[in-house]
Amino acid sequence: MFYRETGQYKTTYAADRAIFPIRQDRVAFAVLLLVAFVAIPLLANEYWLRSVLTPVLVFSLAAIGLNILTGYTGQLSLGTAAFMAVGAFAAYNLEVRVPEVPFLVSFVVAGLAAAGVGILFGLPSLRIKGFYLAVATLAAQFFIEWLFTHVGWFTNYSTSGVITAPPMTLLGFSFESAESRYLLTLCIVVVMAVMAKNMVRSELGRAWMAVRDMDIAAEAIGINLMKTKLTAFAVSSFYCGVAGALWAYVYLGTVEPQAFDVLRSFEILFMVIIGGLGSILGSFLGAAFIVLLPIFIANASGVFGDALSAETIAHLEFVIFGGLIIVFLVVEPRGLARLWQIVKEKLRLWPFPY
Amino acid sequence: MRKCLIVALAALFLAGPVPAVAQDQSDEGAGAEQFIPITSYRTGPYAVGGIPFQDGFVDYLKMVNARDGGIEGVRITWEECETAYKPDRFVECYERLKNRGERGASVFNPLGTPLTYAVIDRLPADKIPLITLGYGRTDASDGTVFPYVFPLMVNYWSQNTAKIRYIAGLEGGLENLEGLKIANVHHDSAYGKETAPVLAKQAERYGFEVEHFPVVHPGIDQKAVWLNVRRYRPDYVILRGWGVMNQTALKEAARVGVPADKIVGVWWSCAEQDTVPAGDAAVGYTCSTFHNNGTDFPLMQDILTHVHDAGDGTGPRDAVGTGFYNRGVINAFVTVEAIRTGMGEFGARALSGEEVRWGIENMELTDADIAAAGATNLVPPINVTCADHEGGGKVLFVRWTGESFETASEWLEPDRDLVRGMIEESAAQYAAQKGITPRTCES
Repeated sequence: MFYRETGQYKTTYAADRAIFPIRQDRVAFAVLLLVAFVAIPLLANEYWLRSVLTPVLVFSLAAIGLNILTGYTGQLSLGTAAFMAVGAFAAYNLEVRVPEVPFLVSFVVAGLAAAGVGILFGLPSLRIKGFYLAVATLAAQFFIEWLFTHVGWFTNYSTSGVITAPPMTLLGFSFESAESRYLLTLCIVVVMAVMAKNMVRSELGRAWMAVRDMDIAAEAIGINLMKTKLTAFAVSSFYCGVAGALWAYVYLGTVEPQAFDVLRSFEILFMVIIGGLGSILGSFLGAAFIVLLPIFIANASGVFGDALSAETIAHLEFVIFGGLIIVFLVVEPRGLARLWQIVKEKLRLWPFPY
Repeated sequence: MRKCLIVALAALFLAGPVPAVAQDQSDEGAGAEQFIPITSYRTGPYAVGGIPFQDGFVDYLKMVNARDGGIEGVRITWEECETAYKPDRFVECYERLKNRGERGASVFNPLGTPLTYAVIDRLPADKIPLITLGYGRTDASDGTVFPYVFPLMVNYWSQNTAKIRYIAGLEGGLENLEGLKIANVHHDSAYGKETAPVLAKQAERYGFEVEHFPVVHPGIDQKAVWLNVRRYRPDYVILRGWGVMNQTALKEAARVGVPADKIVGVWWSCAEQDTVPAGDAAVGYTCSTFHNNGTDFPLMQDILTHVHDAGDGTGPRDAVGTGFYNRGVINAFVTVEAIRTGMGEFGARALSGEEVRWGIENMELTDADIAAAGATNLVPPINVTCADHEGGGKVLFVRWTGESFETASEWLEPDRDLVRGMIEESAAQYAAQKGITPRTCES
């Protein structure tokens, strides 16, 4: 009833190619942005802004990165956390060695550095596919973690190997408060998400999807496999690199190489799978699900009070979390994004389904 | 089915924030109660140490509530938050708990070096102190640069100097250290690498040789490391492990023929959880602690009578007296005494973080105080000052007999002169990097 496109005609090519062809979607998106940019900073307390929403956004960005590579191009990667680490350490080293550089520039450099490393470790994808490629990217994961732990130059010879992010200031404004950090992350993530959405709708994105669906057929219709796969690695790593820099600078403030271990890579892979492979929206939903669910379970179990021991609650969290992931994958293998799509289809027919 | 899932999901996300809010309110307006946030790890690779430690911590708080009705009559409340030994989850816990209680979180005990690093920069703004008992950032012992961080009792560097003294004792004097080869087998992390500078300095001073052997987290496979250790032919091995790494190290050492009595461990490699699984390989293994083990102390007996006999024990009764459990008790003991010191200044009411900070900084536990608390020989005296946030603890060495730890040394005094200079140097460097002006301490 509410969600119906009757009477909305597309009279221009631009209208036909819009990201949100239906007016209701555009309104909903505008409201969502308004909530994210205005209502949340006004209403949410520091805890929610600093330690719930900011990591959700950072993980969303990393998940978009992995989704471009795995969901759109079909190249399975287990090196996501390593590319994040490259971004974090690149931004740190630039800031330490050239303090005049504004931090936004160092974020871009972080992305570019990660993209370079991503291309390097993407080279095996030209020869191998599927699980074999996953193993090859696993090499990136272990090598980069080892490199940052053992080569003192990257951590500026800090004895403990833990780097502390320098303060972020832009035109005299210092990003210290939870609100400013949340908004900074939100701006970067929204801009990059829109760019990603447009990229996957462009010729490049279509080439990626063609390679994913069948690389031989893609090559037959004139797509350069090497270029397509390597751009996917580069763009994906760029996103991960920026996410890594945000993680180090905006969220934690300190970073050690162990923060980007293989478990982090798996975590992001789960976000992409649960959110929905090949969907930008899914990256956000997956990140929100994986980050919020443990917090929700921990908070909800507080209701039981002393009836459950702290130990039981800690383990219960794993049980519920793991159980829900299995339920999800059984009921809807295509992820949360697909569920949202089903909701939209149902709403379109409501209240007269046939 | 799908429909159910959608409805359930929608309900979940709408209901998500509600319990969190409800809990916030339940803590308020409940009279004079001192809130202590507890961040624990009962899951993950280091849970083997985390569980008994937290049980000891919570049991001590329960005992103080049951025996004395709280600290100076102010009941203690607490809430546990699971960190799984991950910095990001600890930051989430820190932010979640820092405004709980009547006057906010009093003091955090992160129980983990990486976790400590993750919040150090946030403390001055939030005005919440951090007690890092026997771990954490060593140069934070300089209270002029780190007013909110307290690596109490003995920090890693002091611990390491005591360990070298212990080895010297076995060799018959500091002059006999010359020419010795010491292998430092360490966890490859911020924690593990923390002692490298002090070892280098001592090697230079006493003329021994050090070689570092990093073990990658979590340390389940160490065959290659120990083959290298054997090739190096060390006179002594320093084991700086954590969690499952320790038992593996002891087993591998026995396999390649490094005798257990030549291995000297740090206190995070010094618990029954490390030695029992290693079996015979661990017999004769020595390690350091900054507190005593066992239950032969009035304070530990009080926990047994007031908490475990009352059926309120957090963990199994057998765990009482083991290494990690006692360390948790000591951590809670120091926290409670610091709050008590603060109450002496500000009155017997719930204290804020800043007031607890004052309490920790002015805490002085003499032999008489410790005897009154029933902890003689369980912990050495502590005296924290504005500049010295370590508080001057001592180190005890214990040897595993196959069944329990026996005392292997007296309480050894660390080489604080050497360490203090390095701490001030390192803290000054940190202050310069961060643009911190160190505060001046009187006297």
